[in-house]
Amino acid sequence: MTGLRVTRLQLSHFRSHKRAEVAADTRPIAIFGPNGAGKTNLLEAVSLLSPGRGLRRAGAEDLVRRPEALGWRIFADVTAGRQTHEIVTGAEAGQSRSVQLDGKTVTQTALANVLRVLWLVPAMDRLWIEGAEGRRRFLDRATLSFVPGHAEAALRYDKAMRERNRLLKDMVRDAHWYAALEGRMAEAGAQVQANRAATVAALMAAQQDAATAFPTATLSLIEGGDDVQGADALKEAFAAGRARDLAAGRTLLGPHRTDLDAVFADKGTLARDCSTGEQKALLISLILANARALIAQDGQPPILLLDEVAAHLDAARRAALYDEICALGAQAWMTGTEAQLFEALGDRGQYLQVTEADGASAVEGAL
Amino acid sequence: MVDGTDDLTDLIALMAKLPGLGPRSARRAVLHLIKKRGQLLVPLADAMQRVGANVRECLNCGNIAAGDICNICNDDRRANGEICVVEDVADLWAMERSQQFKGRYHVLGGTLSALDAVGPEDLRIPRLLDRVTSENVTEVILALGATIDGHTTAHYIADQLTGVTVTSLAQGVPVGGELDYLDDGTITAALRARRAL
Ligand SMILES: Nc1ncnc2c1ncn2[C@@H]1O[C@H](COP(=O)(O)OP(=O)(O)OP(=O)(O)O)[C@@H](O)[C@H]1O
Ligand SMILES: [Mg+2]
Ligand SMILES: [Zn+2]
Repeated sequence: MTGLRVTRLQLSHFRSHKRAEVAADTRPIAIFGPNGAGKTNLLEAVSLLSPGRGLRRAGAEDLVRRPEALGWRIFADVTAGRQTHEIVTGAEAGQSRSVQLDGKTVTQTALANVLRVLWLVPAMDRLWIEGAEGRRRFLDRATLSFVPGHAEAALRYDKAMRERNRLLKDMVRDAHWYAALEGRMAEAGAQVQANRAATVAALMAAQQDAATAFPTATLSLIEGGDDVQGADALKEAFAAGRARDLAAGRTLLGPHRTDLDAVFADKGTLARDCSTGEQKALLISLILANARALIAQDGQPPILLLDEVAAHLDAARRAALYDEICALGAQAWMTGTEAQLFEALGDRGQYLQVTEADGASAVEGAL
Repeated sequence: MVDGTDDLTDLIALMAKLPGLGPRSARRAVLHLIKKRGQLLVPLADAMQRVGANVRECLNCGNIAAGDICNICNDDRRANGEICVVEDVADLWAMERSQQFKGRYHVLGGTLSALDAVGPEDLRIPRLLDRVTSENVTEVILALGATIDGHTTAHYIADQLTGVTVTSLAQGVPVGGELDYLDDGTITAALRARRAL
């Protein structure tokens, strides 16, 4: 088996972990231990092997272990296909995060070329109910897994938009300046839209005829305005919206406002009207579909981080989830307070017990 | 306090503001200067005095000049009709090192950035537009960085130039570069700018 996996993870002064080392193989990793032990912190460390602020969207200064505040480091050995990579990421006290890939300093976005990481955390339980921002972020994470260049395009769009927003706030009236920025926004924005649309199509296709215990989610993208899409239409819409945006002091239309709509297909119910457990099942379904689509695209599954995934699932659904993860061959990092939650996984998984002692987390292999 | 100590502290503090120097390396540099009083310290002070008195920005193009107008603007062997627009003097020097460009320059002194409060007037853009008419310019080459701000500035300028050819430098594989080491953006740009052999 040559699936994508983290084979070694070492943490130094990261959150509650003073020093921790984990060796792992391809099997799913079940992490158990009491509340506050440091389980989610482990998953967060793995999430930082991908571009961005990780699964808690934390700043570099939140990640450093207190009270020492010495700076933090994550070392990871990653195997992707036949290649192995060494990733080091961390920050000195008071500085922003840096990344080294195989000994060379690289930008965070370069990590997207090496490994795909997808996650579900309890904070996403309300994803379908709360604002569009969370759904957009979920969609962009999925998109990044298919199109590594997505982060770059999104950053370019965002930078040009922030420039334009400043012009709007300062009530600048230089039409050429707006046009120059709107051109950059339209170019990058059209790429962002196309990447997302391809992702939604891939997720839909991967749910069709899939052997899964989880419900199909029918997805659609909602662009603002009159469904403005493509570079030319965006550029026109930005220019046409200047007066309105000037009044608002910010850009009101564009891919930064896109929303993702989901319907529980079998029932025809909007995701936001589904039960708590059904909403969670839809998210799991999408993560699994994402993994299947990536296997079809790259030949290997992504790394999955499933924080307290067992919480809203009954025993049968839990067993079905473990079966599907094992069938995918994905290295899934899962947490739960009790070892029993992973009973159905049996020896198809590897186990870590996390406890808290003397103000620091302790991680040990367990059976 | 020992005589001259305050002056030394001031000098070290100033040196530490130079690019590439910090307080530690500034102290070392100052001690070295004092040790080499005749060979370094006095000649350096003289040179700085002269540069401080004479060198300023060329009124025409923004290059560094030893008077009102720089050598490049004054050189009548250089072709009128082509202006190469660069961000700063370091970029102008880089272009000159290649000895390929025989036209004139225009140094913006930065790129447009609303967030950093840099606007068109801060960048000699009105002056550039004047020059294009008064110097009978036929081609403007935009040699700006491949950043969002660089692109925005290039489009801002191009938007306002009519009746002249506007070009920009090609982006892509560096000479002697290996594809394996290039990022996706560079490869995409290089592919877009491909040409027939
Ligand atoms: N920067 C930090 N420095 C030191 N400790 C921290 C830091 N950030 C978080 N912690 C601590 O880490 C501990 C473990 O957090 P974590 O979220 O990993 O627990 P958990 O095992 O997932 O618990 P639960 O089962 O409740 O989800 C918490 O007690 C928290 O206070
Ligand atoms: Mg937790
Ligand atoms: Zn000049």
